[in-house]
Parts: sequence; C-alpha cells; structure tokens
Amino acid sequence: MTQVFVQLDQIFVIVKYWLLGFVPAGWQPLVSAIVSVVTVVIAFPALFALVTWFERKGLGRMQNRYGPNRAGPAGLFQPIADAIKSLTKEDIVPLAADHVVHFLAPVLLVTAAFLAYAVIPVGRNMIVVNLNAGVLFFFAVGSVVELSVFMAGWSSRSKYSLLGAMRAIAQMISYEVPLVLASVVVIMQAGSLSTVAIVERQAGYTGIWPHWFVFTPWGFVGFALFMIAATAESNRSPFDLPEGESEIIAGYYIEYSGFKFALFFLGEYLGMMATSGMAITLFLGGWAAPFPFLAWIPSYVWFFLKLLALIFGFIWIRGTLPRLRMDQLMNFAWEFILPMALFNMLVAGVWHFMPPGIPRWLVCIAMVATPCILLSMRLKRKKKLQLRTYQFAE
Amino acid sequence: MVGEGILKGLAETARNFFGSYVSKERLTTVQYPEQRLPRIEAARSFPFLVYDGSDWQQGMRCVGCQICEKECPPKCILIEKSKDKKPDAVGKQQFYPAVFDIDISVCMSCQICVEVCPFDAIKMDVDVDLPTDNRFAGLLLDKQQLAKSNEYYHGIHPTEAAAVDAALAAERAKAQAKKPAAATPPAAPPSAAPVPEAQPVGGESK
Repeated sequence: MTQVFVQLDQIFVIVKYWLLGFVPAGWQPLVSAIVSVVTVVIAFPALFALVTWFERKGLGRMQNRYGPNRAGPAGLFQPIADAIKSLTKEDIVPLAADHVVHFLAPVLLVTAAFLAYAVIPVGRNMIVVNLNAGVLFFFAVGSVVELSVFMAGWSSRSKYSLLGAMRAIAQMISYEVPLVLASVVVIMQAGSLSTVAIVERQAGYTGIWPHWFVFTPWGFVGFALFMIAATAESNRSPFDLPEGESEIIAGYYIEYSGFKFALFFLGEYLGMMATSGMAITLFLGGWAAPFPFLAWIPSYVWFFLKLLALIFGFIWIRGTLPRLRMDQLMNFAWEFILPMALFNMLVAGVWHFMPPGIPRWLVCIAMVATPCILLSMRLKRKKKLQLRTYQFAE
Repeated sequence: MVGEGILKGLAETARNFFGSYVSKERLTTVQYPEQRLPRIEAARSFPFLVYDGSDWQQGMRCVGCQICEKECPPKCILIEKSKDKKPDAVGKQQFYPAVFDIDISVCMSCQICVEVCPFDAIKMDVDVDLPTDNRFAGLLLDKQQLAKSNEYYHGIHPTEAAAVDAALAAERAKAQAKKPAAATPPAAPPSAAPVPEAQPVGGESK
C-alpha cells in the first residue's frame, strides 16, 4: 500500500524518466531540462489563471458581492474570457515611446518571474535545478523585476509611468533589503543556500509537531517580515503605490495595452507566487506535510495547498487594508522592518548557541518582543510636523 | 503595538467573507437580467403615447396638434398631422398623427412634451430595457412602438394615471352638459377646455 503512495508522490518524476527513455543518452540532459521548464511554464500560468478568479471571487465575498458569476460555472471561465479579450485588443505603443525598451520590459518581467521558479522545490525530487546557491539565485533574479519596471516606466514617455516607476524603484529597493535579511536567519540555521537542503533541514516531527522554521521565535518573526516585504515587492495592496490606480492610474504600465498589459499582469502574479513559494520553502517546510499521519498525500499537493493558503492571505490583506502613504511606506521599511530583520538575525544566533529547552524559548521570545514593542512605539509616536506656509500661493 | 488595527480589519473582512456564504441578507446584489427590482413609480425613461380601449390606432389620444414637437428641446419628435379625421375611442371625429416618431437616442427625458400636451396623450415610460443591435433605426421608435394602453399607464404610474383619468372624465361630463345648450363645432371644446385642467396633472407628476 505504501508503495502506491510513493508511486503517486513520484508520478511526475517517473513520467519524466519514462519520457527520457525514448531519447538518446547524449540528448538526455537537454531534453530533461526542456521537459522540466515546459512543465513550469504551463503549470504556473494555469495557476495564475485560477488565482485571478480566486482573487476576484474572494475580494467580492469580502465586500459582500458575488464576484464573477457569468462565464461558466461560478464564473470559472472568467480567466479565459479575460485572455481572449486581452489577445484581441489593439496593442498601442505611444508615438514618443522607446519602442525596443517598451517591448522588452514586459518580456523581461515575465522571463525573470519564470526564472525564479527554477529553484523552488514543488515536491519531493521535483525541482528544475538544485543549485547550491539557490536562495541567492532567487533574490538575484527577483531584483531583475525592478529593472523591467523601470524600463517600462521610462520607455513609455509618460509622466504617470515615470512617477509610478520612481515609486516602484524606491519601494522595491527599500523592501528588497528586509526581504533578503529576513531569509538570512533560515540560511544561518540550515547552513546551506540550497533550497532542497533547507527543505530537508525542516523535515521530521517532534510527536506530531513539524520542525518548520516558522515554529521558532526567530522563524515566526522572519516569516512575518518576509511576507510583509514580499507584499511590497510584488506591488500588492496595501503597498500598491507604484500602480495606485486612484492617483497615478496604473503607474508604470499605464501606456501598455492588449497582450503586453496581460504580460505585466502575469509577471506580477508569477512574482507573487514565486515569493510565496520561497516563503514556503524557507519557513513552512516546503512540500512536507504538516502532520506525520498526513504524509501519504503527495508532496506537490501540500506545496500547492500551502501556496493557495498564502495567496489567500495576500487577497485577504488586499481586501482589508487601504493604500499607505509614501512616507508611511518608507518609515515602515527603514524604521521597523529593517531593524527588526537585523535584530532577528541576532536572535537566531542566540537560539543556535543556547541549549534546547524552555529557557531558550523564553529568552528568544523576550529578545524578539522587546524591540518589536519599542520600534512600534517609535513608529506610532505623534510627529510634530511644521505648519506648511505658502510663499507664493496666497 | 503595530498591527492591532490590522487584525481588527482582518477580522471584519473574514466575517464578511464567511458571512456572505451563510446569510443571504449580506448579498444585496440583484442579479439583473434574471432578478429585477420592482419598478419605481416616480421614475421616467422615454415618452410613450397613451391609447384608450383595445385598438391602438383608434384609441390613440394624440390628435397630432404638434405642440410637443415644437416644444421638444432636442427636437427628437417628428409628427405629420393627418389630412382626414377618424373617430376616436369615444366615437368623436378627430385628427390623428399620420406619423409620430421619437428618436430616443436624441431624447433627453426632460418630460416637457408631457407637460405641454393638452390631451394627456404623451406620458413618460419607466422601461429601460431598450437595447437594440441597430443604433440608428433601432432607436427611432414609430407610432406603433410608442403606443401603449391606458392599462399599462395605470400599471407604471398608478397615482398619476388615476388623476389623469378623473380629470378626463370630469371634462367629458362638462362637455356633455354643455352640448345641448350650445351646439359648438366638435373640435373647439376639447382643445379649449382641457388646457387649464391639464396643468394640475402635470404639476402632480413632478
């Protein structure tokens, strides 16, 4: 019986090696790479289509609406209708735009987003490349998104695009730092940059309790910081200033229409799912089951369930919070998130060198809670702003 | 602590999310083509022509006086008055509009045609279900499309229609009483008499 579950768990791996059996040995590495890449390029856009529907339904329900309910059962074919719409729309390029850069920006965004999936293990033995510097690769590729966003904003020759791109650059660079710092604690603890090794490090259970990094003081704080920074990185509400449809219409992609706009949309969601996948890998035990008695469910099912849960978190946040102001956004990044992330590294070090037991827990929780309270007091203090005087307006 | 307000907000949206699956009162959306709200009496969309009785051609109240055509601010009404006379719903010989067209793509729903009509022949409809696949011919309504029965008028504007009917009945009674005393030409009394009485009706509809 267990043999069946193992087979089911490894079904995609088995199918891949069965396919490779038809190919001469010299071609096998290349074909193997192509098969893996094609799977990722099909599976994640399909998930993207599902997530757009999920998001619209979820947001609708949070606002006591139905959400899409016309195309197909429960509006499930809405993404198909959207795809047809954006494919048949006219692709307008502004006359003054830099045509080459304007074309390259969405392509680069989507390419970078897809590259990030190369190092995310979606199941047991299911990873495109097991790089020994996987986490580093992920963040390096992730920062290409900033470049493509600025390319889009700059090449459009529109003041709204440029404003949006400037905001995006300021925001993404500010939150890139805590995003990396929040994941450093995991690298410290796992002693490896390989995503596969990090997942293996979290395998195993104490009783029914999994050894996920999120269930430690530093892991929990790291996870929270990582998710906040990930929300800002993927330009989602409440950090959607670069798009800010009510103030700068759509920010850096205002001059995009038709399929290029759809590509931006795709790139953004792929980025969100990739960072969620990274959060799962780093803190939530990757593809591992939450309880040992549920381990018979295939590993990829667990990965995608966790992914959907995190995406629901994103949607929930989007349905709840209003957009931040620029100064609030920057203050939050530099005065709260960044010091917390730095302090969290110290806590992880203390955790590593203290013997296991209750005292370790108490010390680490106190070490995490104290700066959190102090920093939030500092963040919430009333700022005395100078009364603005206008020299020429009155 | 940072985040207390955020947690409260998250709880609120979660309550909405799950509540909308449990209680039907939360979902106030009317699923339009299948479900409809009751029509609002005080609403108005475009004018229509009222007819009495069952035959729309014979019972049409309009006598083709062309006042509405002249008063219409965007000039969306086209009337051609008939050369001959035909008996109306009560059997009186009347002129009638040979052509009566309203271009509802031009009409601005101002209701001035209704205010000026001395015969209570043109009234405002509440129907908004007027989509068509031809934006020129499909939106140019002719006499037959515009003609709607008095019962329909009672259905959409009950109060106003009752007042109009009462006024018309009173006027007919007065005309009946006058008739034996002075045999005037048939066209004169209806055109002279209704005017002062049509005003209060128009006033009520506001």
